[in-house]
Amino acid sequence: MSTVLDTRSFLRWCWRQLTSMRTALILLLLLAIAAIPGSLFPQRSQNPIQVKQFFAENPETAIWLDRLSLFNVFSSPWFSAIYLLLFISLIGCVLPRSIEHLKAIGAKPPLTPKYLDRMEFYTEIKKIDLDKVEKFLRKKHFRIRRDENSISAEKGYARETGNLLFHLSLVLILLAVGIGSLLGSRGDAIVNVGDRFINTPTSYDILSFGKYQAEDSLPPFSLTVTDFKAEYDPVTNAAIDYELTVLTANPAGSKEIKKIIKVNQPLAYGSTKIYLQANGYSPIVIVRDKSGKIIFDGPTPFLPQDANLSSIGAIKIPDMDPQIGFVGSFLPTADRDPIRGGFSSYPEVLDPRLLVSIWKGDLGLNTGIPQSVYRIDTSKMERIGLKALVLNESYDFGEGSITFTGWKSWVNLQIVNDPGKGFALVGAILAILGLLISLFTRQRRIWVKQSGKTQVAGLAKNGIPGLEQEIDELVKEMSNER
Amino acid sequence: MSDNSAALLSNNLIYAAMLFYTLAFFAHAVEVAWSVKTPAKSVKKTKLDFSRTERIGRLASAFMVIGFLFLLPGVVFRGISANRVPWGNMYEFSITGALAFSAAYLFALKKYKLRWLGLPVAISVLLTLGTAVTLLYRPSAPLMPALKSPWLAIHVSAAIISGGVFLLANCIAATYLILDRYEQKGVRPVWAEKLPSLEVLDNLSYRLVALVFPLWTFSVIAGAIWAEAAWGRYWGWDPKETWAFITWVAYAAYLHARVTIGWRGRKAAWLCLLAGSTFLFNYIYINVWGTGRHTYSGL
Repeated sequence: MSTVLDTRSFLRWCWRQLTSMRTALILLLLLAIAAIPGSLFPQRSQNPIQVKQFFAENPETAIWLDRLSLFNVFSSPWFSAIYLLLFISLIGCVLPRSIEHLKAIGAKPPLTPKYLDRMEFYTEIKKIDLDKVEKFLRKKHFRIRRDENSISAEKGYARETGNLLFHLSLVLILLAVGIGSLLGSRGDAIVNVGDRFINTPTSYDILSFGKYQAEDSLPPFSLTVTDFKAEYDPVTNAAIDYELTVLTANPAGSKEIKKIIKVNQPLAYGSTKIYLQANGYSPIVIVRDKSGKIIFDGPTPFLPQDANLSSIGAIKIPDMDPQIGFVGSFLPTADRDPIRGGFSSYPEVLDPRLLVSIWKGDLGLNTGIPQSVYRIDTSKMERIGLKALVLNESYDFGEGSITFTGWKSWVNLQIVNDPGKGFALVGAILAILGLLISLFTRQRRIWVKQSGKTQVAGLAKNGIPGLEQEIDELVKEMSNER
Repeated sequence: MSDNSAALLSNNLIYAAMLFYTLAFFAHAVEVAWSVKTPAKSVKKTKLDFSRTERIGRLASAFMVIGFLFLLPGVVFRGISANRVPWGNMYEFSITGALAFSAAYLFALKKYKLRWLGLPVAISVLLTLGTAVTLLYRPSAPLMPALKSPWLAIHVSAAIISGGVFLLANCIAATYLILDRYEQKGVRPVWAEKLPSLEVLDNLSYRLVALVFPLWTFSVIAGAIWAEAAWGRYWGWDPKETWAFITWVAYAAYLHARVTIGWRGRKAAWLCLLAGSTFLFNYIYINVWGTGRHTYSGL
């Protein structure tokens, strides 16, 4: 029997500890501290390549850091524990207060205390008419409890309203983040200018779904990239503007409409948005076999390595025997220096060069292990040539030939569905509103009591200034009236 | 006016502003130094002769105002030269930040009688402008595509103003801690006699933080709305976002500590300094050495 009681009182004690302000404060500070490693170590969610690099450079420490989730800080158990405890503490604190506050809305201010002289700003003045005081305070939107010999007036309930609104909005934001990650999807697709993208899972290079998001729930639009313009500053080489023109239909097959997508101007289909996230070049090559038959003819997207779009990539020809692979660099405006070798000196295509090293052997495409499309595993291959090609130049590498015939631009479309973001926005707006109301509303009480003379006193919550002047004004006004 | 001459004018105005902030710095230094002398016969601190430094103090404030009046068009012309709001790189953040900081000071100077704070304010503004023109200067240039958005004006201005006021609150909290240490040992040094009481300092730094915390919240939210349009997500724990969050949480902790638990004085001042330093860390470290999407071309 007593153990049951003990358990219950222990749980109650725990709950009281958790919902106490001191605990909340400690959790808040812990949350701030726990976020720090997320900015110091590379995070998988943002920069998986940097994480891999970290592993390559410090393999032993990296394993330990990984065990502590330091590469996934914001989804780690300890970070989640802190914010979940914080939110439980917040709800445990705010819900009872909300109920109390709702009850208090209709209630009158508390009774006038017996000894006003112990309160702040106590003054004694000549007797004044309580009716006039009441009228004066009502005009100033005080709530009033009028007793026979006293008035108890209070103003500033909105402070608590704002405070509660703010905290409840934070809960809404947390829920919105949850909705987004459980019901959303996010994917990337690289599309060459001139190509068509149909929104099905197989069209993506990378695609991830939330836990409760079905794979067939993608909106059925199609999108043809008709033009991509990039404008650069000729002095600094920095990009000034990107403009992507597409013909799009929703659902695919219906009438196509021309749309422009820019960096700050995504295309939206419901809660799904299509973003222009990156761009680069796809050199076009024709590969022929020994007999001169065309085996491959088309663009291959290369990955930009720097601001001037020096790009690297791989052209894989598994249909030749032996298999052929080209490890290449594409330089839109070729330049040379003795240390770096070939590099690009401007991001636009002014003097293009395609550098290829040619490998023959086994491309390793049938091993079942997924491979990067930008790299070739050359462990089972032999290098048979190295060549820098200018436009329309051919090179014969014995097993066949390669001709560099042109280039296309490619764009990286990021397609994101976040059904939670509307709630997050509403939550954020309400949070600011609540914050403003609670920080700029002054809650205070004024009491006026008749006992021979008239006693006036007040109380300002949190010692917020301004009450003294208010009482002075009241006293002055009442004294002048007579 | 051509873009080039506007940029040149902006540079000259900023140099002129620095001259006046330097004069303000010396005037404030003289004011502080001279008030040390007590009248020979009386040791009573109430009889300290402050009137002799009153004039130079006023002059210092006048220099601060003139400095501000040069800095303001300096920032405006920088914007005109690039045909956009003047906060596209760290040089521009710095000059605008210095402007916001001195505006916050001048605003509070009138309202809260803050002339005593002039010395640290002048030093901070001079250091910021000095670093900006020597280390961070970049020729005026158009924006990169990701920054081309009306949110640039909204998000960054809110962040800069919040930063200016946070740092002012930090200066006051630091002053609190220094004076508190003196008072614990005994009495304040003579030069500090004219400074407000500890309670006033404590309240002042709190009030500045409470005033600007909603603006900082707004700045973070505006950033999130912009990130949703530009980067495809409203929150992605980019280093800058992470530290903005840390600053927000730290100030939230400060406000709770003060309002709900009732921390006053030393503890509150330390927490205020801690929160402010997370802002500075974000501004300096993450901008210069950090990675992530908030790092733009050459600072």
